[in-house]
Amino acid sequence: MTATSAPARDGVRSDGRGVLPARRRRRLPFSPWHLVLLPATLVLLFPFAWLVITSLETPAEALHFPPVLTPHVLRFANYPDALASAPFGHFFLNSAIVAVATVLSNLVLCSLAGYAFARFRFLGRTALFAVIMATLMVPFQVTMIPQFIITKWLGVHVLAAVGINHLGALILPNAATAFGIFFLRQFFRTLPLEYEESARVDGASRLTVLIRIVLPLATPALATLAALTFLDSWNNFLWPLIAITSTNQMTLPLGLATFQGAHQTEWTLLMAANVMSLVPMLAIFFGAQRYFIRSVAATGLAGT
Amino acid sequence: MIGSEHLAGWAFVTPGVAIIALFGMAPIIWSALMSFQRNNLLSPSTPFTGLANYRQMVHDPIVAQAIQHTLIYTALFVPGTMALGLFLAVAMNRKIRFIAFYRTAAYATMAISTISEAIVFIWLFDPSYGVVNYFFSWIGVPPQQFLNSPSQALYVIVLMTIWGWTGFAVVIYLAALQGIPQPLLEAAAIDGAGPWRTFRRITLPLLSPASLFLAVWLTINAMQLFDEVYLSTQGGPLNATTVLVYYLYNQAFQDFNFGYASAIAYFLFLVIIVVTVIQFRVGRRYTYYRS
Repeated sequence: MTATSAPARDGVRSDGRGVLPARRRRRLPFSPWHLVLLPATLVLLFPFAWLVITSLETPAEALHFPPVLTPHVLRFANYPDALASAPFGHFFLNSAIVAVATVLSNLVLCSLAGYAFARFRFLGRTALFAVIMATLMVPFQVTMIPQFIITKWLGVHVLAAVGINHLGALILPNAATAFGIFFLRQFFRTLPLEYEESARVDGASRLTVLIRIVLPLATPALATLAALTFLDSWNNFLWPLIAITSTNQMTLPLGLATFQGAHQTEWTLLMAANVMSLVPMLAIFFGAQRYFIRSVAATGLAGT
Repeated sequence: MIGSEHLAGWAFVTPGVAIIALFGMAPIIWSALMSFQRNNLLSPSTPFTGLANYRQMVHDPIVAQAIQHTLIYTALFVPGTMALGLFLAVAMNRKIRFIAFYRTAAYATMAISTISEAIVFIWLFDPSYGVVNYFFSWIGVPPQQFLNSPSQALYVIVLMTIWGWTGFAVVIYLAALQGIPQPLLEAAAIDGAGPWRTFRRITLPLLSPASLFLAVWLTINAMQLFDEVYLSTQGGPLNATTVLVYYLYNQAFQDFNFGYASAIAYFLFLVIIVVTVIQFRVGRRYTYYRS
């Protein structure tokens, strides 16, 4: 409706300014927004493209100026060469173990705590919840030094597997998060009480109610928390940098950073390694794109 | 029955809360105490030294530089990311051909880790073999030193992080744009408002909650910049890219000055709180909530 009325009005106004775009729009066989979006997208994608191109060049071509934009031969051997000089498969496995364990423990522990904060009346609930919320505001840099000392102590005196230089050190401190508890509590509070109450009347335990009735209703929130926790864990760098020094316990970002430090001028190997560490994440990301996008959008909209 | 609810409540929260207490709450208090101690791991005792660590900060020229770099970085990165995100989201908020491709390209930057991102950009901006210097030669600009130059390095880091956060900003703005009721925009068009006026008077105010969220979120992240600096410049050249968290990390885990590093951490915390409060105060005046 607006499309038909606008040109007529512009015609009446006859100021030319309104007529021109209308005419141009008719002449272009495509939306003029492509003229903006296509170059912008090419710029956004160029770093990815250059990464892949370099990973397939010979060292001589990579260290050539002007740069060789289209390699003459594709040197796929860069990939096995990179794998031979650092255990990227191992880094990947470590990252996966840490991310999956962190996601699972967050789902369990934050569901339990979030549900209790949402539904139970117990002594100290309000105060405890307020304290947990307060920790949300504190940046990691404030807690990282004591966290390092505690982790070191735990490894020596309690359980080696959660100490410095073990994967457990990357899982345990993030096994439950204030954000996860807050996020699930907020969601649980929006659920109707009736189902839970009638199940309780029928004699179901609180845990059974949570598992059988509440969690199935909370699948979208659980998926969102899982996606965000996974991304956080997968990309985490500062804590692994502090907690891990031995190569076979490194996660992908740390392994990649260490590899970069050791092979600074071997750009082809470095890029091949970078592609290999990126591809799994890109695959997961695009496989579950809708979840990731919705999760990020959800935190944004929740924040507003 | 009442007793059982107390018991159940504590039974449910204890596992999660224990972890947060051990790795979240206790460290907050501990590092506050440490910031008043001389604690450098090499000496066995950790005596309280009052405000000595904080006084040392005031006289530390590198801290002053680090604050300056952190603020410059934040002042460029946050508006830059928001402007680019808003522009792309508005352009992508329509049903045209290839739109899924355009959106996916923007989202892809979200899947790349800070480490991968930094490595790619170090290579793109390599002074000797980098493709950016090659593009510069097309338009007659002489080769630049980029990350090796004290006057340019911080700006290259601004560019790489803006690129890395583009997808995030686009997602937030697209979600907010899609929440704007279509009749509102049509009504504005019928009333004779052009596209630019509609954008300024209707779209932008309706996006203001998303803008406030992004401003706060990006600022908090910007002031904690570390990964890219660690990887690309290690704070150099000549401390030109030493930001607060990088200096803090060096003090803590290279020099093992836990006391001094804790003081810097608390200072950073304070700055983040102050800036966030200001943003909410100022933002509230310009933020329009529909509900």
